[in-house]
Amino acid sequence: MTWVADNLDLVGRLTVEHLRQSAVPILLGFVLAIPAGWLAFRFRLTRGLVLTLVGLLYTIPSLALFALLPPLLGISFLSEVNLVVALTIYAVAIMTRFVADALASVEPAVRQAAVAVGYGPWQQFWRVDLPLAGPVVLAGLRVTAVSTISLATVGILIGIDNLGYLFTNGYQRQIVAEIGAGVVAVVVVALVVDGLLVLLGRAVLPWTRRGVAA
Amino acid sequence: MSTTRRSLGLVAATAAAALALAACGGGSDPLEQDDGDSPAASGTIVVGSQAYYSNEIIAEIYAQALEAEGLTVERNFSIGQRDAYMPALESGEVQLFPEYTGNLLQFFDPETTATSPDDVYAALTDALPEGLAVLDQSPASDQDSYTVTEQFATDHGLTSIADLAGVDEELVLGGPAELEQRPYGPQGLKEVYGVDVAFEATGDTTVQDLVAGTVNVANVFTADPRIQTESLVTLEDPEGLFLASNVVPLVADSVADQVADIINPVSAALTPEGLVALNVESTVDQRSTEDIAADWIAENLG
Amino acid sequence: MNLFADAIAWIFSPDRAAGSLPLSQAVWTHLAFTAVAVLVAALVAVPAGWVIGHTGRGREIAVALSGAARAVPSFGLVLLLVLVLGVTHKVGAATTAFVLLAIPPILAGAYAGVEAVDRRVVDGARAVGMTPGQVLGRVEVPLGLPLLIGGLRSATLQVVATVTLAGYVGSWGLGFYIVQGIQLRDFSQILGAALVIVVLAVVLDLAFALLERAVVPRGVAAVRRT
Repeated sequence: MTWVADNLDLVGRLTVEHLRQSAVPILLGFVLAIPAGWLAFRFRLTRGLVLTLVGLLYTIPSLALFALLPPLLGISFLSEVNLVVALTIYAVAIMTRFVADALASVEPAVRQAAVAVGYGPWQQFWRVDLPLAGPVVLAGLRVTAVSTISLATVGILIGIDNLGYLFTNGYQRQIVAEIGAGVVAVVVVALVVDGLLVLLGRAVLPWTRRGVAA
Repeated sequence: MSTTRRSLGLVAATAAAALALAACGGGSDPLEQDDGDSPAASGTIVVGSQAYYSNEIIAEIYAQALEAEGLTVERNFSIGQRDAYMPALESGEVQLFPEYTGNLLQFFDPETTATSPDDVYAALTDALPEGLAVLDQSPASDQDSYTVTEQFATDHGLTSIADLAGVDEELVLGGPAELEQRPYGPQGLKEVYGVDVAFEATGDTTVQDLVAGTVNVANVFTADPRIQTESLVTLEDPEGLFLASNVVPLVADSVADQVADIINPVSAALTPEGLVALNVESTVDQRSTEDIAADWIAENLG
Repeated sequence: MNLFADAIAWIFSPDRAAGSLPLSQAVWTHLAFTAVAVLVAALVAVPAGWVIGHTGRGREIAVALSGAARAVPSFGLVLLLVLVLGVTHKVGAATTAFVLLAIPPILAGAYAGVEAVDRRVVDGARAVGMTPGQVLGRVEVPLGLPLLIGGLRSATLQVVATVTLAGYVGSWGLGFYIVQGIQLRDFSQILGAALVIVVLAVVLDLAFALLERAVVPRGVAAVRRT
């Protein structure tokens, strides 16, 4: 445990880096998955296409994707953009299915009522469909956030410093506490972010609280 | 238990604070903060290192020595292996990097015939691409070797790599995955010494694998302290399969003059034993890279 | 698109039959890691999930543990276990990490499948005199199979992509080529190996899709068709 006590500043610094690198993919993944999920929900033709595509994206091994983006995007091998783009791709892949399922979970009767009171398609989506899909979307966002934070550690293998550094460095130096600290820090960061998302959900979707209580 | 919980609480608090920080920064373009993409601001020297703890200690010594002279340093450590980081040096994203003469020469000139430290250094200065230079080489060396356990060496009467040809059991060579493709890898062993080996990727645990017996020949760096502590025998290399590989600072031409007077004394003060001692501090004493570098500078340059 | 052509050429090069790890052996070890991890995870998670789904107890704990397990970075866990168990147990260390990765989706599939069974059907089964064990074994489990297979499917896809990390600790699986390719900056090798993994994943996915359809009990399928 002395390693941890002696290196709290290193763990802290890497934690900040880690969060910074994970935050953008989580947000971007959420934003991009809304239209993608809508396409998957709304039209039979696009449903198959979109869901197959995101399913395929998810099977690309992260390590390979991180390493292949520089030649594909024409950016530097060292650039953090590699990691951010790769994690965003996985985030979209996870989130889209949740958004599609969430929209499908809205009762058709409610939609018909929205049409009946004169909502246009745009209004209906933002004021009826999306809010009612909220709880499932939030569940998807939580899964996305946790897996993004966990997956980001692989970035160290292409030279992007974050908590994954403690894994490779500890492995070379054979310091169990260093790797252990890295694993614990990633889990804590993921669970803290997960908890914050739950709180955010309660604030943004206040009506769900009653549902839980009932 | 209570200390564990307290440090967990601390980590949680750090994490929460960090998230708030990340959220605040969310308004600006996050990609702007990217370290690697844009050339460093003028006056800042970007020091890089391999994803190898020992190399990182040397890089940290360079960085602290530069900072002590009032220069601004940006650290881009743990980048990977040579093929991964060299483009960043050639493009000027990274300007100072601890390197090893022999391996670096072989990277730019795979057909080289130089093997002695001075020949290698001379050949290296010729082989470097435009825009890159090396400063003085250090007496400290950390080169690839083929190493076996003392028991195995005794059992088979091994002192040189050439003796491996007479070993009657199957030879399994352990090393990092890329060793399989290196000029001194299985193919080099076959061509230079007529030794046939099977290859097993052992990643960063090559020495442990050798000691545990999953492999019986291992690609070990000569500055690895475990050669002493685990009683390993480094086989002699009479045919020069491996090039002498001394620590040498690789620099971008643009900053060479600026850093030479600061880094050359570092190289001169770094001895072979000193390098092993630094590695012991990291792996046995488990000290942080910053502390190891700071103490070394205080003792050797102060 | 030159890179893709090079990657395809890499896959079909005669060199792939030679070297320390021939491609066929890499594919085999990759699939072996995947199969063992998913099977072991299923042995643990399926009975646990059925009990949770049947009794309705322990669901919160299962959800919390699954959430925590999802947060554990597989890469760190593999390296940690190799150091703790020793280098002679690298296969066991890597497998353990992959098992942990596979448990949450299988567990969720198992209990969600049982829970999703119409309560009227369960009540009907009790009414005709079935014991709780019979209700689980003859009603809840068969009707829950499609969701369970869905969980196994999702676990398998995650594991087959993640087994790549085994290549960081030893000469196993297609990850070996990716790890080697990164250090050698050989992009056609990285992409070639990644494409093989994607193909494996797609084949496994299709197999599970067929299985999901096949396990719908005949009676239920008949009702759905009408």
